[in-house]
Amino acid sequence: MTTLLMIGTRKGLFLARSDDRDTWAVDGPHFAMNAVYAVALDTRRPTPRLLVGADSEHWGPSVFHSDDLGATWEETEGGALRFPAETGAALARAWQLQPAGPAEPGVVYAGVEPAALFRSEDGGATFSLVEGLWDHPHRPRWEPGGGGLCLHTVLPHPTDPDRLLVAISSSGVYRTEDGGKSWQASNGGIHAWHNPDPHPEFGQCVHKVARHPDRPDEMFLQNHGGVYRSRDGGASWGEIHAGLPATFGFPLVTHPHTPGTAYIYPLVADAHRMPPEDRCRVYRTTDAGDSWHPLATGLPQEQAYITVLRDALCTDDADPAGVYFGTRTGDVFASADEGESWTSLARYLPDVLTVRAARVA
Amino acid sequence: MTGADSAVAVRVPAGLRHHTGGAAVLEVEVAALGGDATVGALLDHLAGVHPDLERRVRDEQRRLRRHVNVFLGSENVRDLREQATPVAGGDEVAIIPAVSGG
Repeated sequence: MTTLLMIGTRKGLFLARSDDRDTWAVDGPHFAMNAVYAVALDTRRPTPRLLVGADSEHWGPSVFHSDDLGATWEETEGGALRFPAETGAALARAWQLQPAGPAEPGVVYAGVEPAALFRSEDGGATFSLVEGLWDHPHRPRWEPGGGGLCLHTVLPHPTDPDRLLVAISSSGVYRTEDGGKSWQASNGGIHAWHNPDPHPEFGQCVHKVARHPDRPDEMFLQNHGGVYRSRDGGASWGEIHAGLPATFGFPLVTHPHTPGTAYIYPLVADAHRMPPEDRCRVYRTTDAGDSWHPLATGLPQEQAYITVLRDALCTDDADPAGVYFGTRTGDVFASADEGESWTSLARYLPDVLTVRAARVA
Repeated sequence: MTGADSAVAVRVPAGLRHHTGGAAVLEVEVAALGGDATVGALLDHLAGVHPDLERRVRDEQRRLRRHVNVFLGSENVRDLREQATPVAGGDEVAIIPAVSGG
């Protein structure tokens, strides 16, 4: 069984393959000199489709797909992802490409900058703007975070196509329960550290949200300061960062098989933005955030000024699960034992922006 | 009348020639631009015949991308009348990526 890891970097896409998750072959860069912020492995097909959002500094952003595991790439004539003329907006970047649940096999969502959600019904070849969110009355008051005004997280419900959650920096969480026609800000309990009102209806700087498909109402959220959990489908949130060495961070992923297990990468906020004690450590919970434990075996533990961005931590779908992360300093680390131990998978890459992994054959 | 005196020559940079079948120069008859012989109309015309070339030069609101320069002869059209800059038969319009990146 081959595991494929897609590594999106500031200067192109790298593909790493392994039959044993011990020895890896890395090729690339594909889309050289394009910043690859969004990748997806759509494993709902007999041969998984790879999706890539690639931004050329000169020629703008585009979305590509491959049905032969990266040997060749297709680009939709005219562009897969375009704002309608009447919006007055132009695509700056695809931040997230997210296949929907198994009930909608052709549906892929795209979260983009400027903050908007797009939906494809043909596997990512063409997308349409989800107008219900674009027309939301809050939108004129959404403020960009440091990365721009981006819709960076899309969580389709695993069984109910009408239910969807998105997160926007720095506008917070929005949910729909009618297939995208109407949306509600859903930030109750999440602290807005940068706002005079610490609990506004919207405006939270949410960095990532994740959930396990077997417990769709239980979600975990990495905020700009604070890790949170919801047990009511995102309607309300409570803090779960007791015991962590720092509450800031970007990525958060759930275990592919075990509900209640999740991984984060804490950083010291806000003037430091380095890992606590300058030690590179992933933290894992196995009790839905009631406690956290460091995972550091094989990772640099001295003078490790390593940042992991919001999409640069992922798992694969194997058992035991593989866990992967890429760094702004061009390293990729891999664990084939659920995070217990780590090895260097790649070094000296450009800044890693996103990683995604799955078994492909 | 057709040929050099009636057409604008559009020079395509190497990085975009996969959108033009390898062509480095596209000849566009001024008559094909209707009554509006401008850089903008020229790009509108290219959107019809080479849509993936045009969308690399302009965004979906038909604004020139920030790090793309379009020259009429030796003049950057941003220093002229941008997309309202008139073009005429015999002119050469060059699409050239700006210096950027790290």
